[in-house]
Amino acid sequence: MSLWEYANPVKFIRTTDKVLPWIWALAGVSLVVGLIWGFFFTPNDFRQGSTVKIIYIHVPSALMAINAWLMMLVASLIWIVRRHHVSALAARAAAPVGAVMTVIALATGAFWGQPMWGTWWAWDPRLTSFLILFLFYLGYMALWSAIENDDTAADLTSILCLVGSVFAILSRYAVNFWNQGLHQGATLSLDKEENISDVFWFPLLVCIAGFVLLFIALVFLRTQTEIRARRTRALLAREGQA
Amino acid sequence: MSALLLRDLVLSIRAGGGFGLGLAFFLIVTVLVPFGVGPQTDLLARIAPGILWIGALLACLLSLDRILALDWEDGTLDLLATAPLPVESIVTVKALAHWITTGLPLVLAAPVLGVLLSLPLPAYQWVVISLALGTPALSVIGTFGAALTVGLKRGGLLMSLLVLPLYVPTLIFGAEVARRGAEGLTVQTPLLLLAGISFGVIALLPFASAAVLRINLR
Repeated sequence: MSLWEYANPVKFIRTTDKVLPWIWALAGVSLVVGLIWGFFFTPNDFRQGSTVKIIYIHVPSALMAINAWLMMLVASLIWIVRRHHVSALAARAAAPVGAVMTVIALATGAFWGQPMWGTWWAWDPRLTSFLILFLFYLGYMALWSAIENDDTAADLTSILCLVGSVFAILSRYAVNFWNQGLHQGATLSLDKEENISDVFWFPLLVCIAGFVLLFIALVFLRTQTEIRARRTRALLAREGQA
Repeated sequence: MSALLLRDLVLSIRAGGGFGLGLAFFLIVTVLVPFGVGPQTDLLARIAPGILWIGALLACLLSLDRILALDWEDGTLDLLATAPLPVESIVTVKALAHWITTGLPLVLAAPVLGVLLSLPLPAYQWVVISLALGTPALSVIGTFGAALTVGLKRGGLLMSLLVLPLYVPTLIFGAEVARRGAEGLTVQTPLLLLAGISFGVIALLPFASAAVLRINLR
């Protein structure tokens, strides 16, 4: 029993079919609990007022936007090294989810920034590098849809993902150098003494868990869809020949 | 390798529309900016280094599809790939030829266009130095984009979408060198970082371009 067994599409679909309802349910429960807890049962921050509550969407979506790209990177590497189709399709499936997470993070950040910083947008390092990350997502998805041959598309996009990761990190540090920002430092870290207060911390954790589960569920579902779409195309092609 | 380089250079000079076009585009962009933002000298002087950098970048971008597309269409690329030359050196030579025909003229033309934008005097040398250091990176990154989209029928727009985000670090450091030079600040840190990006890209990216080109030629 190894992880690579799930490279078999049939096995992948069978297993994820069993697991998916549970993940959906868990994601739903933790999102509902986390958001309601966060929105209605936490105190307002004494300086930020009720706007502090946007953190329950902003932080998890920003976290997932970066981790979705990381997941695509790993999946692309697996495709390049071991050539498992499920892995390439999972990378493809994750891209739009990651792009949407990036947009959510940018939009909620703007809604928060308007009353707090007095501006919707600032050319701050974090904001800028997120915008660049969004552009990378767009390019990646555009390349997938532009190429007709599936294997060629998988190869090219996985190399783009590798090169893009390097450049995304480079841009991250380049904009850091270019402009010292408005955005506060990390809210969450494991090793820092001074962290966010526990009152906000626990509902935030629940929300993050909800977003992670939601992401997993969406990627599983979209990968299944890709596999089935490809199978349908193969069947149609065979019918056409006969 | 040198034969291939010579062939590419001769082709781009003799076959119309390659050599001078990037330069003319650079000129047009720089001339259009004062029309857009107004002719105040102090404003232009402040944004001149950035305009020169963006103009050079766009001129580079527009000439990218000529790097590989023509050779792809008439089958030269297939022959080159079967030649004893490794694909890595083919893409390196292609990038070098692109730099000589597009990047180098841009570097040389930048001071002349700087006059039009009333670029402050100390900035001239830094604009030229930063462009000379940065444009090779633009050519190499562009060759990667060209190799990615070479098989596509309408790859031009897609290539811009893919290549422009990759240009961001080079643009930031290059424009920063020029801006600091214009303001008389010390330029050492961004200059070193720009050089680092340039050399790193030249050393590593041809391998990615070659891998991509092999996939596309399959």
